[in-house]
Amino acid sequence: MASVAIKPGTITDPDDLIIEELGYDDHFHEHHHGDKYQSGFIGKYIFSMDHKIIAKQFLITGMFWAVIGALMSLVFRLQLGFPEENMAWLKPVLGQWITVADGVGRLDPQFYYALVTMHGTILVFFVLTAGLSGTFSNLLIPLQLGARDMASPMLNMLSYWFFFLSGLIMFFSLFLSTGPFSGGWTAYPPLSALPQASTGSGAGMTMWTMSLVFFVVSVLLGGINYITTVLNLRTKGMSLWRMPLTIWAFFVTAILGLLSFPVLVSAFLLMICDRELGTSFYLSEIFIGGEALDYVGGSPILYQHLFWFLGHPEVYIIILPAMGLVSEVLAVHARKPIFGYKAMVYSILAIGFLSFIVWAHHMFMSGVNPFISNFFVLFTLIIAVPSAVKVFNWITTLYGGNIRFTAACLFGIGFVSLFISGGLTGIFLGNSAIDIQMHDTYFVVAHFHIVMGVAAFFGMFAGIYNWFPKMYGRFMNETLGKIHFWGTMIGAYAIFWPMHYLGMAGVPRRYYRFDTFDSFSHFADMNMFITIAAILTFGVQVIFIINFFHSIWRGKKVTTKNPWKANTLEWTTPINAGHGNWPGKIPSVHRWSYDYGKDGKEYIPQHIPIQEGESEEH
Amino acid sequence: MTALIIFLCLIMLAIIIVQYGKFRELTASIRGEEEAMLESNNRNAAFGMFFMISFLVFCVVSALYYRNWMLGYGPHTSASAHGHELDSLFNWTLFFTGIVFVVCHIFLFWFGYKYKYSKDRKSLFLSHDNTLEVVWTAIPAVVMCFLVVNGLIAWNNVMADVEEGEEYMEIEAMGRQFAWEIRYPGADGLLGERNYKLFTPTNPFGQDWSDEKNLDDFQPTDIVLPKGVKVRVRITSKDVLHNFDLPHFRVKMDAVPGIPTHFVFTPELTTEEYRQNLKEYEDYHAPSDPDDPESEPLWKAFNYELACAELCGKGHYSMKRIVKIVEPEEYERWLEGQTSWYDGNIRGTADDPYANLSERTEIPAFLAGRIADEFDAEAQAALDATDASKKTVILKHVYYSTGSYSFSGITEKYYLSRLLKFMKDNPEVKIELAGHTDSVGSEESNQVLSENRAGAIAQYLLSNGIDDSRFRAVGYGMNKPVDTNETEEGRANNRRTEFTILNAVTAAAGEAASDSSAAE
Repeated sequence: MASVAIKPGTITDPDDLIIEELGYDDHFHEHHHGDKYQSGFIGKYIFSMDHKIIAKQFLITGMFWAVIGALMSLVFRLQLGFPEENMAWLKPVLGQWITVADGVGRLDPQFYYALVTMHGTILVFFVLTAGLSGTFSNLLIPLQLGARDMASPMLNMLSYWFFFLSGLIMFFSLFLSTGPFSGGWTAYPPLSALPQASTGSGAGMTMWTMSLVFFVVSVLLGGINYITTVLNLRTKGMSLWRMPLTIWAFFVTAILGLLSFPVLVSAFLLMICDRELGTSFYLSEIFIGGEALDYVGGSPILYQHLFWFLGHPEVYIIILPAMGLVSEVLAVHARKPIFGYKAMVYSILAIGFLSFIVWAHHMFMSGVNPFISNFFVLFTLIIAVPSAVKVFNWITTLYGGNIRFTAACLFGIGFVSLFISGGLTGIFLGNSAIDIQMHDTYFVVAHFHIVMGVAAFFGMFAGIYNWFPKMYGRFMNETLGKIHFWGTMIGAYAIFWPMHYLGMAGVPRRYYRFDTFDSFSHFADMNMFITIAAILTFGVQVIFIINFFHSIWRGKKVTTKNPWKANTLEWTTPINAGHGNWPGKIPSVHRWSYDYGKDGKEYIPQHIPIQEGESEEH
Repeated sequence: MTALIIFLCLIMLAIIIVQYGKFRELTASIRGEEEAMLESNNRNAAFGMFFMISFLVFCVVSALYYRNWMLGYGPHTSASAHGHELDSLFNWTLFFTGIVFVVCHIFLFWFGYKYKYSKDRKSLFLSHDNTLEVVWTAIPAVVMCFLVVNGLIAWNNVMADVEEGEEYMEIEAMGRQFAWEIRYPGADGLLGERNYKLFTPTNPFGQDWSDEKNLDDFQPTDIVLPKGVKVRVRITSKDVLHNFDLPHFRVKMDAVPGIPTHFVFTPELTTEEYRQNLKEYEDYHAPSDPDDPESEPLWKAFNYELACAELCGKGHYSMKRIVKIVEPEEYERWLEGQTSWYDGNIRGTADDPYANLSERTEIPAFLAGRIADEFDAEAQAALDATDASKKTVILKHVYYSTGSYSFSGITEKYYLSRLLKFMKDNPEVKIELAGHTDSVGSEESNQVLSENRAGAIAQYLLSNGIDDSRFRAVGYGMNKPVDTNETEEGRANNRRTEFTILNAVTAAAGEAASDSSAAE
């Protein structure tokens, strides 16, 4: 809907009246008369600078990658669950990577490792960083802060297109004759640095590195924007302590990204020097392919330090936005203020800070001096404290509420359950002594998939179901949403819970098959069960995808501006808000965003002034 | 065709899903949104409770089902001394996290159920409670302190390197694509120097053979370790990262090219003892090969295994080695059966820095021992032989300066000294010392040279106190070649000195010989 300046006297909506009366006039429509610069199709839907469109671009691209990543996981799960089955039927898709001998098709181990690597890279970066933070930071930061758009719409647009370029390169790398990169998503040298060590480390690794460098550019452009917007473009009255927890989460996420992603680029830069220029940053005394290489004095552990200096904040870059979304969704649908708002903010800040000084807990067994590990154990386990506070606060938010079990709310509750289950296993792994046994086993796989994989997905789903009406002016189908939730909840635990037992039996991760070792071969039935659960859970996601795209065009129409009766500012914009978000003035803010059930009123949105006799205290 | 049918089925499924969703929306709008919402709300709240209870039951039941297969539970106790500490820390963590897990899940879903939407109720305006917040910040903090302190104590105990003067043995495990190479230090207890540029197919560890510590290092197929002896594993890598993973011993450490790492542990249970533990459990009486009911039971087929736990390429899943823990006596016996890699694959080849002993006057003790052992064995065999043709021993390491008959290299110090000892140890033995040459040069000069060379050895024996009645020196010139004189190699074989035991076959030796032939 084109945004047209509202003429006085034509407004009937009481919210709009308040906004017109108390709002802030930034003369937006005098400056952007008719929005000419994005009137065409290309300007509006492709090279759009409207944060709402960019959010949708991130979301749909993220969904595309999620499907690719999930299909990859199904192929390698088939290998693990049914190692003796004929895979020849995959030959039309996978081509040379299925070797057929005696009529039985086998997945090439090299490609198995490529699938594992790509699955990790795609899910961590493209889906759970770009797809999650990219979508919701873009959508909600301007809307919830009362801003017309991001501080720099141009950089914001570039942020998406760098992500797109990065994805394009990664996608093409899948079709290389030597295969995509296959050295694990962490890309530890020397395996990743030497084509002699693995065919995927040739052109596959070159494209992988290129892709991720562009990805970092995308993250940085987005992050600078998010931070600037939060700091500078808050509407009148929106003090930091009145911001919804979503914004706090996106804000801290952007800071983490801005501080940590450049370190990844420097790690890659040194890697590229080693690969192309013959330097020895990471390589030393290697004899491979019948030849002693000239590299001397480098340290593979240096790469691990640099990588995990990003890698650990990265998991919080993934989980913090999900936490923010869930906090908001739970409060709205429980019709209660989030419990301990300030404690929640301080927890986010504490987690954000601590995430920078725990990276070496990924490296207890990597040959670093064991003395150093003492500090990392301490800081790592301290993170459990703010995390626990958040969990207790979410649970208490439900206490005494009047809960509407919408699909969004269910995913919020599911998130808390997963965060508890996955967070607690982190306490085992963060303790270096236990990590001796658990490191690089399926216990780790179970831990991080539950706590930052599935949980972040749940936060994302909660966000999608909750803000879909804002994005498309229609609802997603609730019944299908609930089937999606229960199917995913049960399915996710069915996949990942048994993996704890595998890990406790010492079964290492990244194994192409388990029957080489008597110690690991006992769990064939369990692996089969996990694979079947994964296939079914993927099937449930198909319901979501159908629901999503069907609802964009055919979903039930939203008839009121504020369908969830929520307090935040995005619900004061028109149902299909145009560029600039508010047709007239920007609403001003008079209270925090969690006045649910206050003074006997079900909810009081942020733009409503403090009434006579009402205290802003909460 | 199949693809088309599958595709059509998928489309049908999608239509059904969408229609079902539409149908629910429609019935809701007919019956009234409010009522339908309430009904769905109650149902999902109840699902939540049902899910929570069945999930918790599933957790407990599945854990019990697998208890005999998880390390640390059932029969899978730690096979190393330090492992028990880790297992107990694991259990403490499980205890605390288990409580939190159960309690949080109960409250999460119970609150959801209890406070599900009701038209008649208003939600509580409860925004914070400082006391509560302090309490539930403090409790996890205290628990974490407990876990951190105990964790770090265990960690620093486990990771402590061996101290000076402590008794331990060291072995080396080197990862490569895609196998583990194992090296033992041999009798000297010391691993020799390595250089990554020295790797060849015949030198799989890149050992530097000029370092005498290397000469006795051996490379067994299985890792065999004595029970109760502290082992320091030096962990290295030839190419990419690997990880030395012994799950039963709670040992794990990356192998990093260029940076040797280590792990110190003490095996506590022999393989046999571990098997006996497994035998107590019904589960381990199943056949080890599920397709063959006659195969050994699982407990009997059990072996400790070494794996790789750091992605190292496409063969990462296959880097297996068997680990055997045995009683110390059995370990000693096993040690005796091992041949050093130098002995078996390097000695006398082009790679052997000690190939030419005519120039060296000093050699490492290990090599001196080998030479002595060989001489002793040959001399003894000749002494025991009953067949006259086997009474002759070629003196392999007697070297002369070119064209002369004065000794060079290790001859006197390391070789003739053995002959001397043999003569002293066997006072009844009488020998003939014989010199031979090749066909180069005149017959006359060769005859003189051979006589002189045999005479030089005789002189050596005489001056070291052997009575001249017990030996005689003879020169045969070029008349008794043992090989062709056409090739350099053949000529080298023909240039030799040897001794022959002249004593008749003794009664005892003859008896022993006939005994052994009878046994055959």
